[in-house]
Amino acid sequence: MSDVAITATRLTKKFGDFTAVDHISFNVEKGEIFGLLGPNGAGKSTVIRMLSTLSTSTEGSATVAGFDVRKEAAKVREHIGLVSEKMIMYDELTARENLTLFGKLYDIPSDVLEKRIGKLLDFVRMQQWADHRIDTFSTGMKQRINVIRALVNQPEILFLDEPTLGLDPQSTAEVRELVRRINIENRTTIILTTHMMTEADMLCDRIGIIDRGKIVAMDTPAGLKRSVSGSDAALFEFEIPNLDSNILSSVKSTGSVSSVVQDDPTHIKVSSVGDDSFDILVDVLRKNGAQIRTVRNLEPTLEDVFLKITGHEVRDEVAKAPVPQRRGGPPGMRPKKRVR
Amino acid sequence: MGLRRVVRHSAWICWKDLLEFSRSKLRMVMLVLMPLFMMMMVGFIFPTGDSISQQPIALANQDLAVNGTSLGDSFVAQLEAVNEQTGMMDLSDAVGFDDIKSKIQDGEVMGGIIVPSTFTSDILAGRQGNITVLTDQSNPQMSATMQSVLTQVIEQMGFLMAEQNLNQTYGVSLEQAPAVLKPYNVELKGIVPGDPNYFEFVAPGIMAMVVMMSLMTGLPHAISYEKDMGTLDGMLAAPTSRWAIILGKVMAQSSTGLIQGFIILLLSVLLFGVSIQGSILLVLLLIILTVFSFVGLGILITSFADKEETATMVMMTLMFPMMFLSGVFFPIQQMPSFMQTLASFLPLTYAADALRKVMVLGAGTEAILTDVLVLAVFGSVLLAVAVPMFKKAMSR
Repeated sequence: MSDVAITATRLTKKFGDFTAVDHISFNVEKGEIFGLLGPNGAGKSTVIRMLSTLSTSTEGSATVAGFDVRKEAAKVREHIGLVSEKMIMYDELTARENLTLFGKLYDIPSDVLEKRIGKLLDFVRMQQWADHRIDTFSTGMKQRINVIRALVNQPEILFLDEPTLGLDPQSTAEVRELVRRINIENRTTIILTTHMMTEADMLCDRIGIIDRGKIVAMDTPAGLKRSVSGSDAALFEFEIPNLDSNILSSVKSTGSVSSVVQDDPTHIKVSSVGDDSFDILVDVLRKNGAQIRTVRNLEPTLEDVFLKITGHEVRDEVAKAPVPQRRGGPPGMRPKKRVR
Repeated sequence: MGLRRVVRHSAWICWKDLLEFSRSKLRMVMLVLMPLFMMMMVGFIFPTGDSISQQPIALANQDLAVNGTSLGDSFVAQLEAVNEQTGMMDLSDAVGFDDIKSKIQDGEVMGGIIVPSTFTSDILAGRQGNITVLTDQSNPQMSATMQSVLTQVIEQMGFLMAEQNLNQTYGVSLEQAPAVLKPYNVELKGIVPGDPNYFEFVAPGIMAMVVMMSLMTGLPHAISYEKDMGTLDGMLAAPTSRWAIILGKVMAQSSTGLIQGFIILLLSVLLFGVSIQGSILLVLLLIILTVFSFVGLGILITSFADKEETATMVMMTLMFPMMFLSGVFFPIQQMPSFMQTLASFLPLTYAADALRKVMVLGAGTEAILTDVLVLAVFGSVLLAVAVPMFKKAMSR
């Protein structure tokens, strides 16, 4: 039990008739990076808002750092840091002033806070920008300050809601590296939401795929991919300009091959089992006079996982979701906007 | 959560708000300009007797002389002599009614005076001499003022004439003549030194109004803006009481409200000749009480409105009636009775009334006790309603 940072049990949030989060249960282990992956409007942000005490659940319960999010909200708040979809920073204030304000809201003594702010600024190489106003920063710089702002109370658990949304590729890479460093260097448990498969794949130890308010799959990235391809079969795509029925039937009759799909006159996808299955395949093709122009190893991506599990591709659900009855609905359903 | 912790957090939030405010040059300039515009606007737009000068007036003297004497001519001469001193009118000649009518329609003159053809003969025959005053009905404010000024001037002239007649005809001495002609006289006297001054009337009301505005617009704006921006989440996710957030915001908004209130006070005294009769300390305490009475309303609007625009709309709808019905610009006593009843439900009425009593009339605490009580009760009740609403609204 002491290894668990977060437990959610049948956690539910309704906005009027619209169920944004539908009886979700999961655990997050201490020290891991757990990802909630799903399209916009799936309910990811609402889960984060309930766990970070910003929103009260309609049903179910959750503990964060060992405290009940409803009954011991104040205790929970002391142990968490939040990087929300929108940046939590005041543009007219300097980086240091922003960090100081939030540090003071956690009752950190001034001398301790001063040192800590210095360390955090070093951590993201922003020391020389400490006394510049936020509105003079680039979006990437802002997000770096925004992330360390959430670390000012040295939280056990860090919530990151779409931390790379709206960032350019370079800043995205920077923030991802930052997330990894926070996890490794501070042993901080991280729960992040993203709608980007690659991001979840790169960062997370475990991923919960969330669709229409429900967790539809939960495993390590590798485990999720395995669940799509089935056992440890490998999938190859061959481009053969002189493809004919003879070649096709010879591949199909090979022992290690489990299935063959012909996409178009020159491409086939072959699923085969065994460590030497690729060698065997090449031998069979060459023997039958096939000219192999290109070969690709088709490792399943999380897109494939999502497609297989939910039956539809990752896309924004905004158009299809019912209009929430109250106050603009769950945060995930509002237009995404990062830069301000 | 300890009270000291709440106060400490709210002080930091207030510090943050004021820092943000001070970094915006435009907001700093507006802080001073808004009260200045307000004073100038309400102080100068209404016409007063003093403000009438060099108004174009057409004069048609149609009087026919009897036996070579024209009392009309001497009336005109007298009028011109009076006008020489006051400089109220810019007299021009006209032929008669139709001429003056077309001149008023063309906008050439603001009004007209007609001395009729029978003026001299009427007076000589022992009848009253009629003078006709024509006014521009499209401009009721101006025409009312012109009417009263001209009537006064002409009556005064008639009075002087009567005094002389009494003296010459009946041998009544000039000292006694006024008592014979007008046995009753009205002497105007204020309870404090100085003439009544419209600025003195509006300045206290505007002070109360500006404080109200800074809380009613400022507070919902400050909170719903942070909600929209997402920065409020940062404070809500920190181990900070909701009380501290409200208190911090209220402190910051009250500070700017108080500063504006004092700018008005300063401008009234320095630029508009308002003198403060009562205790400055009492004025200060009243302004703080006004802040308190509007805090609850501000928080209530914040809780209802989910977005900044909604908050602005709700606030405007409430604020304008308050501004005009609370006796800030016009005395409540001038309004029809149902409007007076309505005004008695608005806290601004009491704030303006109390401030006015202290500033203009030099009243002490006893005179404003009712006002103080109403403001305190209003503030407490609204706060008691608003705080739970706000807490609920914050944890959706």
